[in-house]
Amino acid sequence: MSLSFLERGLLLLVMLIFLEGTVLTLGAASSPDISAQDNTGGGHDRRDDHRGIAGSHEQTNYTYTKKAFPVLSLDYHHIQVPFEISLWVLLASLMKLGFHLIPRLSGIVPESCLLIVVGLLVGGLIKLAGEEVPPVLDSNLFFLCLLPPIILDAGYFLPIRPFMENIGTILMFAVVGTLWNAFFVGGLLYAVCQIEGTYLSQVELLPCLLFGSIISAVDPVAVLAVFEEIHINELLHILVFGESLLNDAVTVVLYHLFEEYSGAGEVTPMDVVLGVICFLIVSLGGIAVGAIYGILAAFTSRFTSHTRVIEPLFVFVYSYMAYLSAEMFHLSGIMALIACGAVMRPYVEANISHKSHTTVKYFLKMWSSVSETLIFIFLGVATVAGPHAWNWTFVSVTVILCLVSRVIGVVGLTFIINKFRIVKLTTKDQFIVAYGGLRGAIAFSLGYLLNKDHFPMRTMFLTAIITEIFFTVFVQGMTIKPLVDLLAVKKKQEAKRSINEEIHTQFLDHLLTGIEDICGHYGHHHWKDKLNRFNKKYIKKCLIAGERYKEPQLIAFYHKMEFKQAIELVESGGGVKLPSAMPSQVSMQNIQPKKLPPAVAERALPQFTKGREEEIRKILRSNLQKTRQRLRSYNRHTLVADPFEDGWNDFLLKKQRMIELEKKMSNYLTVPAAPPDSPTMCRARLASDPNAFYNIKASSEGVPTIQVDLASPQSPDSVNMLNEFSKRGAKDQGLGQREVATRDEDQGLMMKPSSAGKEEKGEEEGGNKNPGLMRCLSDPGPSNEDEEDEPFLP
Amino acid sequence: MHIVIKLFGVPLSCPITNSMNIWFSCFLFIIVTPAHIVRLYDRFEALDKEKTGHLRPQDFGAINRLAMNPIGDRIIGAFFSPGQETVDFHSFVRILAHFRPADKKHPKDPSMPEPVNSRTSKLKFAFQLYDQDKDGKISRAELLQVLRSMLEMQVTEEQLESIADRTIQEADLDNDDAISFEEFRKSLEKVNIDHKMSIRFLR
Repeated sequence: MSLSFLERGLLLLVMLIFLEGTVLTLGAASSPDISAQDNTGGGHDRRDDHRGIAGSHEQTNYTYTKKAFPVLSLDYHHIQVPFEISLWVLLASLMKLGFHLIPRLSGIVPESCLLIVVGLLVGGLIKLAGEEVPPVLDSNLFFLCLLPPIILDAGYFLPIRPFMENIGTILMFAVVGTLWNAFFVGGLLYAVCQIEGTYLSQVELLPCLLFGSIISAVDPVAVLAVFEEIHINELLHILVFGESLLNDAVTVVLYHLFEEYSGAGEVTPMDVVLGVICFLIVSLGGIAVGAIYGILAAFTSRFTSHTRVIEPLFVFVYSYMAYLSAEMFHLSGIMALIACGAVMRPYVEANISHKSHTTVKYFLKMWSSVSETLIFIFLGVATVAGPHAWNWTFVSVTVILCLVSRVIGVVGLTFIINKFRIVKLTTKDQFIVAYGGLRGAIAFSLGYLLNKDHFPMRTMFLTAIITEIFFTVFVQGMTIKPLVDLLAVKKKQEAKRSINEEIHTQFLDHLLTGIEDICGHYGHHHWKDKLNRFNKKYIKKCLIAGERYKEPQLIAFYHKMEFKQAIELVESGGGVKLPSAMPSQVSMQNIQPKKLPPAVAERALPQFTKGREEEIRKILRSNLQKTRQRLRSYNRHTLVADPFEDGWNDFLLKKQRMIELEKKMSNYLTVPAAPPDSPTMCRARLASDPNAFYNIKASSEGVPTIQVDLASPQSPDSVNMLNEFSKRGAKDQGLGQREVATRDEDQGLMMKPSSAGKEEKGEEEGGNKNPGLMRCLSDPGPSNEDEEDEPFLP
Repeated sequence: MHIVIKLFGVPLSCPITNSMNIWFSCFLFIIVTPAHIVRLYDRFEALDKEKTGHLRPQDFGAINRLAMNPIGDRIIGAFFSPGQETVDFHSFVRILAHFRPADKKHPKDPSMPEPVNSRTSKLKFAFQLYDQDKDGKISRAELLQVLRSMLEMQVTEEQLESIADRTIQEADLDNDDAISFEEFRKSLEKVNIDHKMSIRFLR
């Protein structure tokens, strides 16, 4: 940390040069795909012996000379390909690390630019070292390995509600906008090429149109990379991002159409009609494939309650297979991936454990992050690799035309779209949408895929594409942030939804549906309501395990909020004291325990009567004495239970019940008292005594699924307390609880039951009946994503 | 009796049953555009099975989908002013005009009364649906009622109570254990009411 960036950077570069140099001079430079070159001249006898290759001269060597036994030998070729791949990934991650250690730089220049520069440097170094730069941005590698994680991450966490609300606008921009761009750029480029003096007259119309279609597509990777840093408001973000995702279908069709017919030299109207049909098949087919795999994944996740370890795997594998299946039929893989992620998410999230959910989230983020970094670095390396054919006219006309066509397209389309929108797009919005149309690696890969024989001007195309990418990423990417600030575009709202918002929004949904019914108008809300009912009635039953499908949206949201707060409460303050005889006089305005001064906390400490204290001590003592040690056999396939976490869960549950109890008694929340110990001490105490706390009791039938109410009190003493202070005089409830208590007393006061089977069942039941409880408690790490909080179909 | 109105050269024929409605209908054009009035009138007639020119609660109740709506009866109640048994076409349209998309083009004229489809009016309408006893506040009991109807018996009473408590605690700024209109408005300041409470076809 004491090294400045310059020194660190130099050190890194030196390391890299050394590594790259040794790596690449040890063998022929091979591209990172699995085409290991056979190197017979390696001359490592040990390796040959190992593989049993009987080369003629090696054979003779073996029979005639007996060498000393090789104690240590170097065999680079054995591990060359995976090693190089890992080296690239490591480089990418280290670069990412490095940038964030320099706050000033990452504020001015977007990450994507820096990564391209790094790629350029690395490419330059390799060239300097005299080696041939590996063609790293191989199209196969890109489309099959680097792109899917990014798209899956985007699709799984796609905010469905704003996406669906603006779907008309997004589709207009994606389909019509891309078509307009492609034809405008392609056509005008052809016209320019025909001008005398540019020496470009050999470029025909169809290759120009092909080029236009490649370069007109807005790239999701670049958009994500840049927009993530400018924190723009949700509407604009979803417009540009949605457009970049959905224009894949158009690009695929146009690309294949023009590529096919460039040889023939002409396109008949019949071909155009076929093209349109192809577009429908590509897009709808892609979505269908994705939806099918999504439903399969949801259905599979219903049965994973016993094998929680491999749950995340299903999410990844099914999605990847959706992508590959779509690509197999030349359907739109991106749309398949988005559809798969979006369809499976609500059901899978209802089924999998909280840990698996966290795993899925972090793996997706990790992979997409690494992929993105690698893509930009490879872009830089590929630029150095060449080959290039620079043509001033072509390149400059391309850049200018792309900008012009984008602006005209956006303005024209918005004019039409605003007639149908309730919330119109202002000029500022239009500017950001136009300016945010960045091109990226997809364009480059598509260009790279072109056949050299059919397209002699391929290198010129590639040069132009790279220049356009550089222009958009560097110039537009760097300036968009200051422009957003200058134009005072609305930024993303960071605050989370409150429960008020949630309730009122649902209320308004019902209201609007009702009004639409009165008007006899089958609008937006009508269909949404219908879909919701269908979903609730049929689909959820099939795809969600156990009883959870009945859980209403509002309750899930409310529980999530409450538990987050309970965790905050515990982390900051420690414990809520056991309720006292008199109701507390202090009410809490906002639950912000961290900010409470200790004086207030002290004042609100309820005082116990002596008798009460004795009772409490007796309860604790008797329970603590019955601690049982459980030995679990180690099994790689079971998630090792974290005793700290178990105790934590129970502690939080106890707290939750205490809070409920408090509420019932006094209608106020007590201020949590500052604990005598620090939170770490509390945790340490808990960890040593995981069994000292109370288990969730499986409630009787007739009580609905999620129970956060006063389930079993822990002893007859607490039942007394309950009866004493319960205002509503729930006598029967008290009786029921006493019964439960006596039953439990027979079993030894809520301790974990003796037989392992029973305990498991109890845990499992408890787990099934309160999955919300379990799930929210395990990951107290703050996550700033508010996608989780957003309901699927509210 | 029919009244023929010429709008932009297109004759529009609206059957009017009450002479008073002629005067009111002219007023209607300010609230909703003519084409929609015709549609709404058709709908009004379709609902008014006995052709009395007025709608009663039973007529609303005949709409099947409304019966499934958890707050259906509240919505129906909102159409009838207190004490009135029936609603005529004018009031029908006036209530529905609340859901017209807001017109941002015309600058706000402070001398004119608050337009019926402004954000405040929309929120006031929604607030009145909560506040059944019209005391200007959403009390805990009223909130509980709404929650109970929305959550359709899937939750226990304690859960409802804790949610209601939590809601009031969050929104209540003057500690009167109820949500006033101002507090209601404040809690929804982040929600785009213009978008949320607008029906496109009433533009």
